[in-house]
Amino acid sequence: MNKTVNQKAWFLVLPVFLLVAFSAVIPLMTVINYSVQDTFGHNVFTWVGLDWFYEIIHSGRMHESLARQALFTTIILLIEVPLGIFIALNMPKKGFWASFCLVVISLPMLIPGNVVGTIWQIFGRKDIGLLGHTLVNLGINYNYAEDIMSAWITIIVMDVWHWTSLVVLLCYAGLQSIPDAYYQAAKIDQASRWSIFRYIELPKMSGVLLIAILLRFMDSFMIYSGPFVLTGGGPGNSTTFLSIDLVNMALGQFDLGPASAYSLMYFLIVLLVSWVFFTFMTNMDKKGAV
Amino acid sequence: MAKIIFKNLAHSYLPNPKVNKDYALQKINLELEDGAAYALLGPSGCGKTTLLNIISGLLIASEGKIYFDDKDVTFSDTVDRNIAQVFQFPVVYDTMSVRKNLAFPLRNRGENPKYIKKRVEAIAKSIGMEDILDKKASGLSADAKQKISLGRGMVREDVNAILLDEPLTVIDPHVKWKLRTQLKALHEEFSHTMIFVTHDQTEALTFADKVVVMNDGVVVQVGSPQELFEKPAHTFVGFFIGSPGMNIFRVDVTHDIVSIGDVKLKLKSSYKNLNGKIELGIRPEYIKLSKDSGDIELEITRIEDIGYHKIVRAKHQGMNINIIVPEDIKITQDFKYASFDTNHLFIYQDGWLVEPTGGKS
Repeated sequence: MNKTVNQKAWFLVLPVFLLVAFSAVIPLMTVINYSVQDTFGHNVFTWVGLDWFYEIIHSGRMHESLARQALFTTIILLIEVPLGIFIALNMPKKGFWASFCLVVISLPMLIPGNVVGTIWQIFGRKDIGLLGHTLVNLGINYNYAEDIMSAWITIIVMDVWHWTSLVVLLCYAGLQSIPDAYYQAAKIDQASRWSIFRYIELPKMSGVLLIAILLRFMDSFMIYSGPFVLTGGGPGNSTTFLSIDLVNMALGQFDLGPASAYSLMYFLIVLLVSWVFFTFMTNMDKKGAV
Repeated sequence: MAKIIFKNLAHSYLPNPKVNKDYALQKINLELEDGAAYALLGPSGCGKTTLLNIISGLLIASEGKIYFDDKDVTFSDTVDRNIAQVFQFPVVYDTMSVRKNLAFPLRNRGENPKYIKKRVEAIAKSIGMEDILDKKASGLSADAKQKISLGRGMVREDVNAILLDEPLTVIDPHVKWKLRTQLKALHEEFSHTMIFVTHDQTEALTFADKVVVMNDGVVVQVGSPQELFEKPAHTFVGFFIGSPGMNIFRVDVTHDIVSIGDVKLKLKSSYKNLNGKIELGIRPEYIKLSKDSGDIELEITRIEDIGYHKIVRAKHQGMNINIIVPEDIKITQDFKYASFDTNHLFIYQDGWLVEPTGGKS
């Protein structure tokens, strides 16, 4: 059979191509463009090569933000993952209360980050906030605006409050997919509660659990609005995470060149860690299949 | 190892059962001998799995008692009953190797590692898996996984019984046959009491010494495959076992005369005080076709040649009759008569077999 050559089909891809170019490719290219140039206004640009990248890589400011960011993400993962699994394991499996718990658990996720920040900002104030006022009256030195420890604890609790639900929901879905026969067999084999978790529930949950960890990693690594509303990065710079630092640099100081280099590196870090996760996950799947 | 005894055992999933229909399992009194192979046979939803779960303790019966020998275990939990159970779908611990899977029940009981090793190897040999003992269980095929489940069931030597809940459902037909033979061999080797739940009569009849036939939550008959075939205690057994099942006709019986429509037949013995729904049952194997004379007239509608014999489908005044004819007899439309072998003819009242009151007349 002879195939006729017809290139007109490319036109069918054109709308998508234009849309993606408009919404993603061109903005990203603009950032890349800024990252290798310097300007003194009047739309006059000079080529600086990789100078901005060099500056950012060697800047203490980015190192500190990155360290704070890594610490924050590690802490919330260490809390949210075990807590999420624990809650999912103890949720009712069917009936009215199962649906009830699911709805209640999902509610925090429906609230926008800056609203959550505002809620906790007021909740934690020592003059009018229920939490702040109570803690101070109990004699605890709590003040998220002045004390670094208070600020960190508040931000961590806020994130746990906001996002543990995601881990719970994913784990719960994983648990629901385990047939009853597994539990019955375990009972007959006299498996302990720990063995049931270790050999039945955890392996069956591992797929969704890894997705939960990946999502929580990406999301927490890019956290902005909650801490921004609550502490604005303070006290001092103690809660200035990567995205807050980046916004300060780009929109506060209007240092577009260094900020572009910063954001590209930020993007590469998230991409790299996600890629490692993804490879790890697919390898796990392969091992499971062979 | 123990004898299993049900005393007035019944179960309902409803809180306040009143009529028979509310029971998933109606009252049974039954004794299962130690070391025998039983099959629980019946259609889906007849209460087989309920009964099985009551034996294993996954379910507590709502009425009656269950004993292992003379020990009342009605309220004991699964661990105390020391029962092994294999489920419809293979249950393996994915992250463990085959060896660890087989050893799991023993390890949980804190057995001595040397004994565990020896025992696991013996079982692996019986189920033909000694070569892949250290392979991960998750990558194996469905029938290999089911063999592991089976092996886990058999690894404890002192279990009171091994319960098998339709264990061959997910197995390919050609492997099914092999696995069934293996099961039978394992039963002979270890002589555990085995209870095999199935809705497949071939599986039940080939595996079991005794078959417990259930329907709608009632145990309708317990007997050897031969007994079930030769003398069904209920029209359900007659119909469910055999292929095709027993012919069942609505009839009237007065003493030793049975009327099928307007045809009257003389029986070997006589019956008294029959009331309710009276039916006559005869297996297709015991009806003979003839060209010129017989008990009833019929019209052949279809002939199915299934290789080792033929199944003739015929009609008599709107009633369907199935007849099994040996392969070597040529059947044509001229065969207009059929005669019944009265030695294998049974009368049922409301479904249950009625014994004749009078002898030969």
